[in-house]
Amino acid sequence: MRYVDEYRDPDLARGLVAEIRSLVVPGETVRVMEVCGGHTHAIFRHGLEELLPPEVEFVHGPGCPVCVIPMGRVDDAIAIAETEGVTLATFGDMLRVPGGRGSLLEAQARGADVRMVYSPLDALELARREPERHVCFFAIGFETTAPATAVTLLRARDDAVPNFSVFCNHVLIEPPLRAILDTPGLRVDAFIGPGHVSSVIGSDAYGFIPEEYGRPVVVSAFEPVDLLQSVAMLLHQRAEGRCEVENQYTRVVRAEGNPRALAAIAQTMEPREDFEWRGLGVLPRSALRIRDELAGLDAETLFTLPGERIEDPKACRCGEVLTGQIKPWECGVFGTACTPERPLGTCMVSSEGACAAYFSYGRLRRPREEAPVGG
Amino acid sequence: MARRRRPLLRDERITLAHGAGGKATHDLVGALFLAELENDALAALADSAVVAPPAGRLALTTDSYVVRPLVFPGGDIGELAVNGTVNDLAVVGARPLWLSAGFVLEEGLPVSDLRRIVGSMAAAAGRADVIVVAGDTKVVERGKADGLYITTSGVGVLEHDLTLEPSRVRPGDRVLLSGTLADHGMAVMIARGDLRLEGDVESDTAPVHELAAALLRLGGGVRWMRDPTRGGLATALNELAAHSGLAVRMRETALPVRAPVAAACEILGIDPLYVANEGKLVAVVAPDVADDALVRLRAHELGAEAVEIGIVEAEPEAMVLLDTALGGSRIVDVLVGDPLPRIC
Repeated sequence: MRYVDEYRDPDLARGLVAEIRSLVVPGETVRVMEVCGGHTHAIFRHGLEELLPPEVEFVHGPGCPVCVIPMGRVDDAIAIAETEGVTLATFGDMLRVPGGRGSLLEAQARGADVRMVYSPLDALELARREPERHVCFFAIGFETTAPATAVTLLRARDDAVPNFSVFCNHVLIEPPLRAILDTPGLRVDAFIGPGHVSSVIGSDAYGFIPEEYGRPVVVSAFEPVDLLQSVAMLLHQRAEGRCEVENQYTRVVRAEGNPRALAAIAQTMEPREDFEWRGLGVLPRSALRIRDELAGLDAETLFTLPGERIEDPKACRCGEVLTGQIKPWECGVFGTACTPERPLGTCMVSSEGACAAYFSYGRLRRPREEAPVGG
Repeated sequence: MARRRRPLLRDERITLAHGAGGKATHDLVGALFLAELENDALAALADSAVVAPPAGRLALTTDSYVVRPLVFPGGDIGELAVNGTVNDLAVVGARPLWLSAGFVLEEGLPVSDLRRIVGSMAAAAGRADVIVVAGDTKVVERGKADGLYITTSGVGVLEHDLTLEPSRVRPGDRVLLSGTLADHGMAVMIARGDLRLEGDVESDTAPVHELAAALLRLGGGVRWMRDPTRGGLATALNELAAHSGLAVRMRETALPVRAPVAAACEILGIDPLYVANEGKLVAVVAPDVADDALVRLRAHELGAEAVEIGIVEAEPEAMVLLDTALGGSRIVDVLVGDPLPRIC
């Protein structure tokens, strides 16, 4: 497959692994957090941890947009879906995520009309095709998917589609990163910055990480060769005493991001006062709401929602997993009370979550990594 | 047997009357089912087909088919319903003999669609050398079924003493695959049109009975066979691992996936290991017959691209592993619920 195989080339990968080995200081662990769930998935899918020297340790970050949606918001979505005459459309990943009253899939089994779509524009199309129903799009995701929702909102407004709304749950990448960086006892030395989010917000957006927190960042693409190169770039910074934002994903990401996408977001959405994150708690100005000018398309205005806050289960230690303080299997419920089939915590919810990735792909490596955690 | 004059079917669409048991039912059975599936056992229109028992153990299986769309590139639900049941018989080592077919038709189904589908069942049965000896038709109200559902049951005979169970698999055994992965599942997903993808991808629906028979001639060297349908190769091998307590280690570089299928999987974030196949055979054979087995598979049109994809190991217990192209490895776990559409 062109444009993919090049970035999975075993020879290139071997060269980068050799470079990484030459850059690590024996016995000195470097903990690298990959922020994005897509990176987590790629690391496991290609077995990258096994290729790297033990001195490089991945900490899997909070960048799985499905995982961070709090249970109360899932319940709100279920309430919308269970409203007479309403169809709730969302991404497939979201269907299995449990709220306080089960998942959307379970709501569907009880009779709610829940449909899987691949894009918010598909949901708008559904509304046009079925004018007798109201179609609500359950929007999730970081700045990556927000532009598509923004464009859909603008089109629904321009075409005056009367039976369409958006339940907006878009979140921002900076607040959770700050929350992690502010965590006492943080065990992360360097960051692999998310690729797709950065295509929208630009690599400059991470300047605060080296400037305020003294940790280097490399924005990375998603293929294994990309990730290995990003690790090598981080180690080069370390070896050379540099601490800055670098961009490995130059084929897509620009320093200033995508101004048109950012403008579409700004035109349709604005920051909320605060938003609750699974595993991280309530973070100020960490999510987006639909602007008042578009209130007619805002499900939060159109529907009466329970809006309850449901605490994460006590036994769940997702917060500590997300901040690199424990490895997934060190959580008491990992693989027992909390499994991909019946997830308790955010990290087990989608295949991009740290715990689910370990559970599905990485259980074998536990003994090796359980050994010394030096540093 | 003297043939009665065949009734005429003038209706363009299936109505509830076609399931009521009266003249409309009679016309549908005579002018469509009997005409397409033509054979004496069926033509007798008795309440049961009566067949002479063959020598050997019998295998009996049943499967329901609910694929949407009914017709997809490379096949349709009728062909699928025959091949799927034939394959379930073939992989336990049976020679498929007879099928029964139950149809649930949705009111409003175009009769021409039904005729095409029953016609492809007849063609598939001919290719697999099985006879559809019994059938049943019901009609449900509009909106109660996706056009039609088919349930086929099959009987086959085991003309040897082998019982192909996971317990016969040993560490060191080789895992063979008869051809490319994920063609059927991706063809159907693309054909549904929801994904707005276009691609030159066709279902691989085909009977694997001749491939299975070719391997059976190896005798005890063939340990276990499966047709990796719903849940794909990963699911079939996980069942083997779970029931044998052994590990299956695959090589990513050995897994054959056609370029357009790989591209579609990549775009959708789907792992081809979990996508359904409908004309493939995965077999575990003893190491000393592995080369011979590959030669036999490749000698058949449907096995031309057969490859060895991995090996059975003693440890880790009951797990499927994949050595990645980059030199790492990962677990290939059982699938946990998936949001993918119905494809078989």
